[in-house]
Amino acid sequence: MAHVATLILLMPLVGFGLVMLLGAFMRERQIGYLATGVVAVSFVLSVITFILLLHHATREVTVNLFSWIGVGTLHVPAALLVDPLSITMCLFVTGISALIHLYSIGYMHEEKDFKKFFIYLNLFVFSMLLLVLANNLVLTFVGWEGVGLCSYWLVSFYYERDSAASAGKKAFIYNRVGDVGMLIAMFLLFSRLHTLTYLAIFAKAGTLTPTVATLVVLALLLGATGKSAQIPLFNWLPDAMEGPTPVSALIHAATMVTAGVYLLCRMSPVLALSVPGRTTIAIVGGATAFVAATIACSQKDIKKVLAFSTISQIGYMVLAVGVGAYSAAIFLMISHAFFKALLFLGSGSVIHSLNGEQDLRKMGGLAKFLPLTFPTFLIGWLTISGVPPFAAFWSKGDVLANVFEYSKLLWILGVLTALLTAYYMSRLFVLTFRGTERFREVTQGHDPHESPWVMTAPLVVLAALSVVGGVLDLPWVHRDSLAGFLDPTFGFIPAIGHASGLAQTGLAVVDVAVAALGILAAFSIWRAGAEQPRYESSFLENVWHWDDFYDATIGRPLTVASQFGDDVVEPNIIDGAVEGLARSVVRSADGLRKVQSGFVRQYALATALGLAVIVVYLVARAG
Amino acid sequence: MNVPAAWYLVLAALLFGVGAFGLLTKRSALIMFMCVELMLNAVNLTFVTFARTLSDVGGQATVFFVMVVAAAEVTVGLGIVVAVFRRRSSTSVDELSEMKG
Repeated sequence: MAHVATLILLMPLVGFGLVMLLGAFMRERQIGYLATGVVAVSFVLSVITFILLLHHATREVTVNLFSWIGVGTLHVPAALLVDPLSITMCLFVTGISALIHLYSIGYMHEEKDFKKFFIYLNLFVFSMLLLVLANNLVLTFVGWEGVGLCSYWLVSFYYERDSAASAGKKAFIYNRVGDVGMLIAMFLLFSRLHTLTYLAIFAKAGTLTPTVATLVVLALLLGATGKSAQIPLFNWLPDAMEGPTPVSALIHAATMVTAGVYLLCRMSPVLALSVPGRTTIAIVGGATAFVAATIACSQKDIKKVLAFSTISQIGYMVLAVGVGAYSAAIFLMISHAFFKALLFLGSGSVIHSLNGEQDLRKMGGLAKFLPLTFPTFLIGWLTISGVPPFAAFWSKGDVLANVFEYSKLLWILGVLTALLTAYYMSRLFVLTFRGTERFREVTQGHDPHESPWVMTAPLVVLAALSVVGGVLDLPWVHRDSLAGFLDPTFGFIPAIGHASGLAQTGLAVVDVAVAALGILAAFSIWRAGAEQPRYESSFLENVWHWDDFYDATIGRPLTVASQFGDDVVEPNIIDGAVEGLARSVVRSADGLRKVQSGFVRQYALATALGLAVIVVYLVARAG
Repeated sequence: MNVPAAWYLVLAALLFGVGAFGLLTKRSALIMFMCVELMLNAVNLTFVTFARTLSDVGGQATVFFVMVVAAAEVTVGLGIVVAVFRRRSSTSVDELSEMKG
């Protein structure tokens, strides 16, 4: 099993190397299929590892590759940890990645940097797998930075566009802020426990004082908010939509942005030690879910709506982590990967058919032109809205049921978010596929065309997964399914009793009711046209002025300080010191050059006088 | 006849003074050269005197070194003086002030 698990990780790296070295001699299709193939093989290997793990006694295998760092008491092995959590992540990461690689062959067709795109994509999959498979925080951090770097490259993939270049920088800088949190958590853990290997940390976690445990959890949360786009660091994700749509689907919806949730789940035994820490996590998650959902209601760009929807859904996952429902978080993460990848790829197909148009106001009535995109998108829409029996109904229901047990207030927030989710997704759906055709200007009068099979095939597979994804963890077989598989990994499950069958049914009825309400509201408002209703405030469209807030509190003071440095410090103090030194040298040299008169006899006289002085001195000393 | 060592030393001091005076007052490079030689040989004389007085052969050995170095110096120096004379038809050192600061 050790070798298979290592190969899961290495396949994308091999693909990355091959495309990079030999890509120049390959045709576009060959590059695409090679890059897709390695990830598909990775997926198959993950399935094999999964089956082997099921039959393994402890379901916990450490694969030692080599000793990486050994300095003083710090020993960091390059080792993999194969356990239910990491293999679950591997399965859906490689599976979704393979589908999105395939889709990209069609979407990126005849792009200038086709080869570069697949190089980045393969490197991304490698980094993501390293992140989930690492058996210690340092190696996870390598993957963590790797995915951040690939994300940066891919967001600013169309680097000639100013907006794309600055969106890449924004993503990178926001992530950097979060990374500081993760580093602080590592420092704290190492200073107290003298190890950074997960299993060793968990074994010794009990010796942490409550204060330190809370600090570690908050630092980890900061790391998670950066990577997973939560309050207060969520603003980079909407801008990241500047990247190509497959990138938005893979990195900014299905996989990378869930890394923060994964980290929190992985560190669950440490989370268990801090009630304030977990409460903070729950509040951050709940608030993000709600805020992002309100913003999604009034975005005009199809991808921006999906971006805020992603933030909102990850908010749900963080909320689930906060209330201790780790397996519910992972369940939602997986089903979210299915339906959000589906929605993004579907929107990519729509954008592709409209020659790159992303404005919802210039779509409409596309249903009959996109015979495969339309039904698959329909499934995606019904899934995210929480309509039974699709996947999100079960996974979101699982999260909300756990939240209900934990705090009624957060549950109300969650249900409101579900209502908004159904509303904004229905709005998106209506504006895109129903109503009048507003796209003629964009397509110059032509009919939009359906995408090639490489693009529609992943849509069909993801739609199928969205439909049946719920079977991973149906409530009545809870302990025998995903949750039962994952729970031993989390070690500690807070003692909140699971709701009774009747209560669960009641909660499910509420979920369905809010979904129906949201859908109905959206249809009645938006069927008429694409004009913004009067009551919709620009406050929402401008993302709660969150960017303006950062601009006012951080951006502008920094600019003022920099301007001060440029106007005052630089010319006076720094230049003053440098130029003053130069001036004093020149001035003293001016004085000294007069000595060099050029008259030999003068020099001789000076020598004689000097000698005389020395002789007098020596005589005086002797006498 | 036995001449006291002090006389040699007084002679050497006089020779050195004449040399130094000439070096500081003359403008011709050639004369200045001769003055330098005079000073060097005045020093040589004191070396020899002390070598005799103290019965130390080291002083005489040093004199040979000084003579060799002085010969070499004169060779180079006269070469320069000849070259300067060819360019300027004069050996006045006061005119050679291009290198002043």
